[in-house]
Amino acid sequence: MFNVVKAELRKLRRPTLFFGTMGAALFFTGLITSFIYLMIDSPQGNGDRGRSIGREVLGLASGSVNGFASVGNFLGIIALCVFAAQTAQEYTYGTLRNLLIRQPGRMKILIGKLISMMLFAIAMIAIAAIVSIAISYILAPGAEVSTDLWFTSAGFEAIFTTFINVTISVVAFGIVGMVLGLLLRSPISAISFGVLWLLIVENLLIAVKNSLQNWLPGAQLSAIASGGAVDLTYKHALTVGGLYVAVGAIVASVLFVRRDVAN
Amino acid sequence: MPNTAISVSDLSKKYDDRLAVSHINFEVPLGTVCGFVGPNGSGKTTTMRMLLGLITPTTGQGHILGEPIEHPEKYLSRVGAMIEGPAFYPALSGYENLMVLAKLGGFPLERVQQLLDKVGLGDRGKSKFKTYSLGMKQRLGIAAALLPEPKLLMLDEPTNGLDPEGIQEVRALLRDLANEGTTVFVSSHLLSELEIISDYIVMLRKGEIVFAGPIGELMAQQQPTIIAKSLNHSDLKRIVEIAELAGHHAVIRNDSVHVLAEMDWAPVLNKAAFDAGITLAQLAPQLPNLEETFFEMTGEK
Ligand SMILES: Nc1ncnc2c1ncn2[C@@H]1O[C@H](COP(=O)(O)OP(=O)(O)OP(=O)(O)O)[C@@H](O)[C@H]1O
Ligand SMILES: [Mg+2]
Repeated sequence: MFNVVKAELRKLRRPTLFFGTMGAALFFTGLITSFIYLMIDSPQGNGDRGRSIGREVLGLASGSVNGFASVGNFLGIIALCVFAAQTAQEYTYGTLRNLLIRQPGRMKILIGKLISMMLFAIAMIAIAAIVSIAISYILAPGAEVSTDLWFTSAGFEAIFTTFINVTISVVAFGIVGMVLGLLLRSPISAISFGVLWLLIVENLLIAVKNSLQNWLPGAQLSAIASGGAVDLTYKHALTVGGLYVAVGAIVASVLFVRRDVAN
Repeated sequence: MPNTAISVSDLSKKYDDRLAVSHINFEVPLGTVCGFVGPNGSGKTTTMRMLLGLITPTTGQGHILGEPIEHPEKYLSRVGAMIEGPAFYPALSGYENLMVLAKLGGFPLERVQQLLDKVGLGDRGKSKFKTYSLGMKQRLGIAAALLPEPKLLMLDEPTNGLDPEGIQEVRALLRDLANEGTTVFVSSHLLSELEIISDYIVMLRKGEIVFAGPIGELMAQQQPTIIAKSLNHSDLKRIVEIAELAGHHAVIRNDSVHVLAEMDWAPVLNKAAFDAGITLAQLAPQLPNLEETFFEMTGEK
């Protein structure tokens, strides 16, 4: 299985993929973090969906990671795309048969792939965290936000907790991508289905019936990143989101282990 | 250690309602080059996939290097294979593609460059796979199959897309590997492409075995035939009568008569024809032609 991880990392470090993904992550991180500070007095709000994040919130010990936590969702979508593409392309390129000839343990292939992509995702999250905190620190004085509490022990604890929550959320999004890749066996279908569902279908459903927020998979995984949301506790999000991911992962793995590789 | 590299019994694969491979039995002895021949859609690739644990057989058993095909992990580290053409990551170079597989199999990484050199891609290893010509892709596939220094090499139509020189090279490579003790199981839809290098032939038609055995036996199965040519069509009919009178089956094909008989009967036929006032334009044995046998056996023409 360690060999699978090493082999997969070889694919993930391809420059266009690696720098492309990191670039996208940095772009969203920079954009969203800057927005919070630059638009702090905007009547349209400076957070997602027009929410306002005030100076008093940003000045708390957890203030430094406000931007980073808001980026979590985008990092999740990026992870979904990368995990889905890296999994489904084995079918479209026909390379799955090469992998299975060299490593017939199909669960080992799946787990090795997951571990390698998790490492990739963690690298992306770490870079996003550093950049987001740095941008926050640079823009805070201009926005008259106090950073006094940011690097106290409570501040570091907040950074750590947010990092863990974002990682859980992003990896969960990634696993959803992998599941879609295994089920649909085509990168384009897996990515478009996943992204359309998360960005459009869920939002529409929630707009029609607000309580669905507590039960739709994307909403749970997003809430995990930000440590819970309005009317949606962290524990609930973790339980329901975890259930979705577990069921999806089990169904896709069983299918993958049993299914004929005939293309 | 068993002395068969591959043995299958009653092996079948059903896709939906159609039997792609139907209750086949054959064995491939260790250390031989075995040609696996059959027309398009006869089930060659399907059989190879079952032998590699990629698809589950509907019925039957198989053993590779003595291990059952239900447990591919027991033998695949000693098997190299390319199935249904080369498949690689287009955005990675040939070198990187092989590195992925070398890491996956836990093989020495130096082998990657050695194998690229061996298949003639030494100087193009750094180019992306998607920029390769068909022949180069095929060579990379063969290199990948050689990564484990396999005891058994399975290649599915490895000469597809190669020019005559490339085909010669692949044949020479396979023969060399066999001389070093590798068992080679190689498929093609042309018998003529494999008869030169094969010791053993397994022939498939519509999912069924029509021949499996040493190539010498296949030659021996050929009916000896004398071909008698005459310019006059009515003479041909009389030659048929002469042959049948002597108890030999004969048919007219184009401007000649094919008589199923040993060559030593030719002088008799010649004399009889002469006595009957027929001038033969030609009288010759039909040269052993495996392709002809192949078409007869597989029913394609
Ligand atoms: N994944 C699949 N689903 C359904 N039918 C299939 C599948 N793969 C192969 N078949 C069918 O099985 C039969 C045998 O196909 P196979 O690919 O094994 O033939 P082949 O001898 O390798 O042919 P070729 O020389 O064209 O490569 C064909 O009728 C084919 O249509
Ligand atoms: Mg085939």
